[in-house]
Amino acid sequence: MRFQDVISINDFEKDDIEYVLKTAELLERELKEKGTLQYAKGKVLATLFFEPSTRTRLSFESAMHRLGGSVIGFAEASATSVKKGESLMDTIRTVENYADVIVIRHPKEGAARLAAEVAKIPVINAGDGANQHPTQTLLDLYTIKKEFGKIDGLKIALLGDLKYGRTVHSLAKALSYYNVKLYFVAPPGLEMPRHIVEEISDKVDIVETSNLESVIPEIDVLYATRIQKERFPDPAEYNKIKGSYRVDLKILEGAKETLKIMHPLPRVDEISYEVDKTRYSAYFRQVWSGVPVRMALLGIVLGVIE
Amino acid sequence: MKELKVSAIHKGTVIDHIPSGKGLKVLEILNLPEDSTILIAVNVRSEKLGKKDIIKVEGKILSKDEVNKIALIAPTATVNIIDKWEVVEKKNVEVPDEIIGIIKCANPNCITHYEKVKPKFKVISKKPLKLKCHYCERTMEEEIIAKNLL
Repeated sequence: MRFQDVISINDFEKDDIEYVLKTAELLERELKEKGTLQYAKGKVLATLFFEPSTRTRLSFESAMHRLGGSVIGFAEASATSVKKGESLMDTIRTVENYADVIVIRHPKEGAARLAAEVAKIPVINAGDGANQHPTQTLLDLYTIKKEFGKIDGLKIALLGDLKYGRTVHSLAKALSYYNVKLYFVAPPGLEMPRHIVEEISDKVDIVETSNLESVIPEIDVLYATRIQKERFPDPAEYNKIKGSYRVDLKILEGAKETLKIMHPLPRVDEISYEVDKTRYSAYFRQVWSGVPVRMALLGIVLGVIE
Repeated sequence: MKELKVSAIHKGTVIDHIPSGKGLKVLEILNLPEDSTILIAVNVRSEKLGKKDIIKVEGKILSKDEVNKIALIAPTATVNIIDKWEVVEKKNVEVPDEIIGIIKCANPNCITHYEKVKPKFKVISKKPLKLKCHYCERTMEEEIIAKNLL
């Protein structure tokens, strides 16, 4: 076993990432041949979702079922003893008696790290506040690798709210392990934080711009993100920025034929629906990628897949 | 002007070479008992620093944690342990690689504000001082660190 828990993409070296991607690929192939697998037969996953996230939770549940295991858990904190004032640490100490692995989503940053320190069983972070969502990053990388057969050599644009979006922070960091060129495309005020640019700028070429049109002809991957309304303290500020970029057929006229558009979803109005049916859209295949990647991670931390 | 002799107390600790103006802050974070006998000198001429502050605490030997705390706001400080008017031990303060339980995380949404857990930081840069929260991974710089000492 290479790692016990999955808490932050910062804990991963390139070898670890490659190992997960390779394992996911093998599992996906085996899954297609055999249907449901039995690696996790008899194992129980506890999904502790202290805040709702239907997509991530269902993806983990699907992954565990496809590994032959079973799932218990809750989808919101209001239905648990947390409402009675129970601490996170006590919840973890309780749940570890019922399960073999815990997947946690929590609104407080650092909650997953703390849970992993307390738990005797493996913990996987399914999002802790604005901090980390490492399994999303791994499935993003897996999607790129599946679409192109490689990651090295690609030109990848991250578009949208680069200031607050945790997915783009982690993805930028993970992509810096590869030989890629990155384009950070953000409306003024929502640029990629300086500390992230500085951290990776000696490893990859970076272009920063607010002009999507100018980079469209160059790129292989366009990773679009939503401007997160909930992050803006002043609704007027949000209204000023919303709609400042939109991926539609017109803007794609200058794109490479092989361009792939990705999005962690949910989308609001960043990608027009007419794009869904074009050869560019990869975002629904990206959703599927979550299943083999999470199967790989569950299998690795459970020690049932080498 | 002749430099002050650091050992001019009978038994206790002298914190020397505190950057000028930081002496009162050092005193504040040490949180010494109200009945402590303390001498403080500010803006004393110093060959090493130009000007410095000095704190002398009668009857108190500082612990390692307290010394580490000082290092976060006064990295040039030296700590002298005094016994019978003489310096018996002299140590430089040094920012450790990891800081546990003496600073709170500046991120209000960090789990350490909500659970009974000691805040823990990795020192990612000693000069300028920069810490990263072990839990929420947020970084804190010098000015913020000084405001968040426990």
